[in-house]
Amino acid sequence: MREYSAYTLLKNALSGNRDWKPAWRKPDPKPSYDVIVIGGGGHGVSTAYYLAKEHGVTNVAVLEKGYLGSGNVGRNTTAVRSNYLLPENHRFYEHSMDLWENLSYDLNYNVMFSQRGCLNLAHTPGQLDEYIRRGNALRHSGIDSELMSVAQIKKLVPALDTSGSARFPILGGVMQWSAGTARHDAVAWGYARGADRRGVDIIENCEVTGFLRDGDQVTGVTTSRGEIRAKKVAVAVAGSTGRVMKLAGIETMPIESQVLQAFVSESLKPILDTVLTFGMGHFYAAQSDKGGLVYGGALDGYNSYAQRGSLPLVEEVHSEMLALFPSFASLRVLRSWGGLCDMSMDGSPIITTGPLPGMYLNAGWCYGGFKATPASGWCFAWTIAKDEPHALNAPFTLDRFQRGILIDDKGQGATPNLH
Amino acid sequence: MIITCPFCGPRDSSEFVYREEGGRTRPDPASTDQAAWNAYVYERVNTAGDHEEIWQHSGGCRSHLRVLRNTVTHKILDVTLARETGKAEKPA
Repeated sequence: MREYSAYTLLKNALSGNRDWKPAWRKPDPKPSYDVIVIGGGGHGVSTAYYLAKEHGVTNVAVLEKGYLGSGNVGRNTTAVRSNYLLPENHRFYEHSMDLWENLSYDLNYNVMFSQRGCLNLAHTPGQLDEYIRRGNALRHSGIDSELMSVAQIKKLVPALDTSGSARFPILGGVMQWSAGTARHDAVAWGYARGADRRGVDIIENCEVTGFLRDGDQVTGVTTSRGEIRAKKVAVAVAGSTGRVMKLAGIETMPIESQVLQAFVSESLKPILDTVLTFGMGHFYAAQSDKGGLVYGGALDGYNSYAQRGSLPLVEEVHSEMLALFPSFASLRVLRSWGGLCDMSMDGSPIITTGPLPGMYLNAGWCYGGFKATPASGWCFAWTIAKDEPHALNAPFTLDRFQRGILIDDKGQGATPNLH
Repeated sequence: MIITCPFCGPRDSSEFVYREEGGRTRPDPASTDQAAWNAYVYERVNTAGDHEEIWQHSGGCRSHLRVLRNTVTHKILDVTLARETGKAEKPA
């Protein structure tokens, strides 16, 4: 019997909803585990889930400094897509897309994955050419991509200013219909419950304060709740990667921590039923099921661990929104926030063994980690269980920078604030 | 954030562009030391706390500035001209 179903819903409703089990236990840490995953975000809990489900490794602890899902997985703009240019990214993100499509069933938890499409707007002939190139690259890899005319775009999103007198007139766009959104909290909770039911200990309010070492070998961690030993220690801490790696004596990484802001408006009736991106700056928006517009823009552009941004970016994002949707000028903003992004030097992630023996690293997601949550956990679990990367994450090693085999989808170079 | 430019005085951060982490030294252009180049191009200290960085006052006097800024509080502790720092670091 699956834990959540129409039958159990009805049964529990009749008994006053007193018999539901908590979605995950609150265990005390054991003295040792086979695997410790540092970081109870989306990637950490999905790693634990796939370790248990795919590799039978269930003696696992996920250590989370705050409460589960309190970082970027609990607050992001929820877009899920695989419309990259490079084949390494196609393979990895399409694997993620395959997992997304079956995720609610797999987890027995409704992650509200909604394939409403993702439309990139083009505003110059050069940009349209670039999108056509990317669309063709996607189709070569068997991923859907469709060029849209202004008339088609106008029909799809009537609120857009598609007139020739717009500040940046729209010349066309490229659509990935299989892209969409998912409910971010449900992704964290669903993976956490799935991992917990397979025996994984999810330990919240447990901050890692250092690493236990035997020579070079990592043998465990010291935490705010005592020492915990493990054969393997996996790090999946996104924007805190620099801080955690320093605890292990690694002083530099090909990563900068920067702040990205996002915003939610008051609720509207349905007005935007796709994920939309603006081409003449950096702006993207989708409408949540509650009706609020969820939108964001570029990084603030400087190193930050503050989890809050500054006002110039707030102004920029809203001016870009109004360039597309003049009618949104009277809309009120409900809330905004800033999150830590682990910006890598080529804009692509790192899923690898090492850099120390007994350690495994998952980092460098820039501000696109949410869509990767399933494949990131799936590949990281493989890497931890088998001590070597899967073919899907073999290109995403840490030594690609030394070897000069970068995966720079945007062709931007080692300038993290521009990826 | 308000950054106090040595020439222009206190100005809003939107007039400035963040360039890079400071304190990094480019290897000799003739050097073929791969590890040194890798460290210069790709490795960052990424400090949580007082962080040395290079900004440019691109919307003002266009000088390159060395800024000491706390990355946890965003407080700016010191601003000097980058070229003065560079001179001080050059061997005699």
